Amino acid sequence: MVEMIKVILGNLFSKPATRGYPLVKREAFNRARGQLRADLNNCSYCTLCQKKCPSACINVNKATKSWELDAFACVICGICAEVCPRMCLSMDGEYRQPVYTK
Amino acid sequence: MADNRRIIPFGPQHPVLPEPIQLQLVLEDEKVVEAIPGLGYVHRGLEKLVKTKDINQMIYVVERVCGICSFQHALTYCQGIEDIMDIQVPDRSRFLRVFWAELHRIHSHLLWLGLAVEAFGFESLFMHTWRIREKIMDMLDATAGSRVIISTCIIGGVRRDIDSELTKFVLDGLVEVEQDLKKIEKVFLKDYTVKKRSVGIGVLSGQEAYQLGAVGPMLRASGVKQDVRMSGYAAYEEIGFEPVVEQDGDCYARMAIRFKETLLSIDLVRKALTMMPEGEISIKIIGKPQGETLVRTEQPRGELTYYLKADGTDHLERMHIRTPTFANIPTLLTMLPGSQLADVPVIILTIDPCISCTER
Repeated sequence: MVEMIKVILGNLFSKPATRGYPLVKREAFNRARGQLRADLNNCSYCTLCQKKCPSACINVNKATKSWELDAFACVICGICAEVCPRMCLSMDGEYRQPVYTK
Repeated sequence: MADNRRIIPFGPQHPVLPEPIQLQLVLEDEKVVEAIPGLGYVHRGLEKLVKTKDINQMIYVVERVCGICSFQHALTYCQGIEDIMDIQVPDRSRFLRVFWAELHRIHSHLLWLGLAVEAFGFESLFMHTWRIREKIMDMLDATAGSRVIISTCIIGGVRRDIDSELTKFVLDGLVEVEQDLKKIEKVFLKDYTVKKRSVGIGVLSGQEAYQLGAVGPMLRASGVKQDVRMSGYAAYEEIGFEPVVEQDGDCYARMAIRFKETLLSIDLVRKALTMMPEGEISIKIIGKPQGETLVRTEQPRGELTYYLKADGTDHLERMHIRTPTFANIPTLLTMLPGSQLADVPVIILTIDPCISCTER
């Protein structure tokens, strides 16, 4: 127990390892994948993202020009953002906010 | 059944078990005489998905077999497909694979070390271990973009490269992690409380471990020098690797081996970063796989085996995964009889059970 007491005493004089989360937020890392953002102004509805998506969460309809994302099925792998020929999709470092309904 | 025999159902929901496995413990007073396992609580049928997802999409499915060592699953799967298609991946990607695989090993071992001491009530040490682990999670987040399921391994290489700034971030972080580990090394390896609960408990001899087909730290703690990394897959051959071996085969030896492996992995990450050659990180894959293969890699818990069979279409025909916990459960059934009921949580945790892996 003596060894552990040394470590614990050392902790009394050091900064806390945790953050007061909702009030203090850490900035996301540059590469962090938090959620998928879509800017559909440039979209050609080519359905490439739909074909590559491993969790089948993107639904594109060329005829009606609709692009839908089931955000709860998305596994945030970032493949769609990599394959998009017109760079419409991008990954945002911020995590999705909690919601009340699915 | 004798009068003093009682059956205690241990799990599937139990405070010391992070995952669902049931063990029916037949007790004679306080002594365990038999343990009967019950599995199948979290079967997800991931192997079946191989017929509906194409080979590239399947990487992200196999990553979700295990929530702790996900990179090793993707690595094994990708190595299997590369083996079938006879692809040589670029040198830089092999080193990057070792880099992420070893970071995963460090965080998995730190997670286990925390859980193991928590099993006998040493909560402050548990929190310390997990505090150190958080630095490794930040490294994964910064280099790959995600904390656990990092999705960087693809067929033909890796998806992301790391620059000199990130290399410095990781190397500096590893110095801190190593210092923190050295501070608690004595607590893990020399503390009276820890030793009292682990020395001489759940002893598994080298011969028993070998005959029962134990893998990974379980086997190495019993004195058998076996590690798939010795075969030199990815870049382990260039980096050079010598496994840690302990002789006693008890809970203490298994704890010591995982602690020493954590320090060894820090070394391997450093070597991978310094020896990494410049160049491409992936090559384009043309064609579809046809044939079958069996690949092995070393996961934090032991040897991981993938059998893959491809028939020349978009998706594979058959995939079979054997995870290390599946191979280690028989040793548990040998170690438990004869032990005291109070030692059961510690013995179960020292096999590092990952039931979600086992049931896929």
